[in-house]
Amino acid sequence: MGEWLQFFFKYLPVLLEGTLITLKLTAVGLGLGIAVGLPAAVARVYGGKWIGGIASAYIGLFRGTPALVQLFIIYFGLPDAGLTLSRMTAAYIALGLNSGAYQAEYFRGAIQAIGSGQMKAARAIGMTRLQAVRYIILPQALRLVIPAWSNKPISLLKTSAIAFLISVPDLMTEAKFVASKTYNPIASYFAVAVVYLVLAFIVNWLMGLLESKTAIPGLKLGSTRT
Amino acid sequence: MTNTILRIQNVSKIYGDTEVLKDISLEVNEGDTVVLIGPSGTGKSTLLRCINLLSSSDSGQIWLDDQEITAAGVNHDHVRQHIGMVFQDFLLFNHLTALDNVMVGPVKVLGMSKEEAHKKAMWELERVGLVDRAGHYPGQLSGGQKQRVAIARALAMDPRIMLFDEPTSALDPELIGEVLEVMEKLSREGMTMVVVTHEMGFAREVADRIVFMEKGVVVEEGPPEDLFYRPKFERTREFLWKITELYGKHDQDGEQDAASVED
Amino acid sequence: MALWDIFVYILTGVGITVAVTLVALPMGLVLGVLFSLVRIYGGKVFSCLAGVYSTVMRGLPPIVLLFILYFIIAGSINLSPFWAGSLSLGIISSAYQMEIFRGAVLSVGGGQEMAARALGMSRIQTIQNIILPQALRLAIPPWSNEAATVVKDSSLVYAIGVAEVLRRAQFVGARTFKPLMAFTIAAMIYFGLVFLVSHALAILERKTRIPAF
Repeated sequence: MGEWLQFFFKYLPVLLEGTLITLKLTAVGLGLGIAVGLPAAVARVYGGKWIGGIASAYIGLFRGTPALVQLFIIYFGLPDAGLTLSRMTAAYIALGLNSGAYQAEYFRGAIQAIGSGQMKAARAIGMTRLQAVRYIILPQALRLVIPAWSNKPISLLKTSAIAFLISVPDLMTEAKFVASKTYNPIASYFAVAVVYLVLAFIVNWLMGLLESKTAIPGLKLGSTRT
Repeated sequence: MTNTILRIQNVSKIYGDTEVLKDISLEVNEGDTVVLIGPSGTGKSTLLRCINLLSSSDSGQIWLDDQEITAAGVNHDHVRQHIGMVFQDFLLFNHLTALDNVMVGPVKVLGMSKEEAHKKAMWELERVGLVDRAGHYPGQLSGGQKQRVAIARALAMDPRIMLFDEPTSALDPELIGEVLEVMEKLSREGMTMVVVTHEMGFAREVADRIVFMEKGVVVEEGPPEDLFYRPKFERTREFLWKITELYGKHDQDGEQDAASVED
Repeated sequence: MALWDIFVYILTGVGITVAVTLVALPMGLVLGVLFSLVRIYGGKVFSCLAGVYSTVMRGLPPIVLLFILYFIIAGSINLSPFWAGSLSLGIISSAYQMEIFRGAVLSVGGGQEMAARALGMSRIQTIQNIILPQALRLAIPPWSNEAATVVKDSSLVYAIGVAEVLRRAQFVGARTFKPLMAFTIAAMIYFGLVFLVSHALAILERKTRIPAF
């Protein structure tokens, strides 16, 4: 145990650098995911045949295929089509698009839970559809979605580990580096596992805080692993 | 010479710091129907649960026939095989048809063959008048039918004694009759029964003995005529008065409404 | 190399992708059901241990466990990357399946258990005849989600060199200088597998539904 602790502290700085990248991937991915997922959800519910269909296709395709394949298409595949991205950018976009598809389903659930009555009432006082969504539907849906949505950040934190497979210098990449330096892969991956668990614990705690601050008593949507 | 089937001696039960049952003693003879009445929250249901060992009593003994079932080392599952229990909320097994609900005990617990259990189950469903519903799932039955299946399920184990825990409390008023009818028939056939109920009509007509409980103690017990018309204790009189007043008021209100409409 | 040849080359990897899934998913199922029962009925100590297992495994990226197991297994016993990968995905999935079954068992409710015990069934008989038949049905929809996740996560064994769909796509993409096409084909194959699994389980759910429940 002492040996392992020593190991842990010796490589702490390296691991911290990796941790920072992992957190960046998670944060940007999450933000992008909201930016894509929310409009996709609105489009799917209110968008009619064409726009709604496009949103459905996006959500279905990104939920129906592995995130890793999406990452490879974006990083290795897109240069084929003339679009070359840096590792970091590719990872951001892949994680954002992937997370966005999952988040869209949560948002959609919440929007539908608000019910069509609210939309009718908003239209009745002369709001346009867009205004109704912006001022009546979303403010309610966003509060309603938080308990179900709150497992997304952890989920994305874990998914972000795939970025290591295009050599983004995240936690996993640093672990590999440490492993090659120390010839002790088990200890280094174990150390990384501990870091992930600590991060998951912290994020979980933060989400609990967010949830309790914004909870609407008696209202909850279901949640599953993604 | 009557045969005592159930003997409860000085049973007490404590939840936290409230004593829900205080020193209860009670005997039930073979073929008797004993009705437990009393305000809600006085431990009647707890007593039933102690009898079939779903709850453990904190002191005192309970005998079923000649066996002390509260003794250490007694196999609870074996004891429960001989005690039928009917719950307020039916608790039919949701994934089984009426027939399978009745068969599952004999097959799984008694090790009866499927053919034999099928015959037995159909016979018990006949007893409660539901042969034509044998293939229905609980979700496809009315409340009254569910409770009758639950009675058949308990009967299929050939219990020494049947316990009924407010069997009609969860039913719509128009469905209560069919369940009480089945219970009355069982009582006439000589089944030994302990019934917790608020149905005073049933208590008066069917019970051999009525036990009035309040705040965890047996206040008074005796044949229905004595208890209903010559209660020894003020508390008994008050409870009976309240409960008949409640039902009486209800009827009067109905009449007044009818009258006011006519005006 | 023509499009068709690339497609066929990648498609040969489906066997391994399916094999990884067919190891991980049933393994997760058996362990998940077992652990969920331990979590609920196992008494304080075992229940707590099962809870810690669940929290840890659901807090780890699958790929981290994959590497740990890969190096432990490669270092001690001589097991192939295929098994290291399949086992770690199975372990991760068992934690999620445990939560699925725990939720299902709890929503079957204490009343059903009480009624079964009142009939004289033992605890084991009750779980076997009354609780599980209902809980397993309730678990199908979330389990379908989990099955799709395992199919998708099977792509992670790419990282330790197992020649499944993604690895073959990467290989043929690099060799033909058509990575976009190769990875798109891989995506389509995964999409098809996920679709099949979800569809099959939706049928299973319909077939096993309790009437009017």
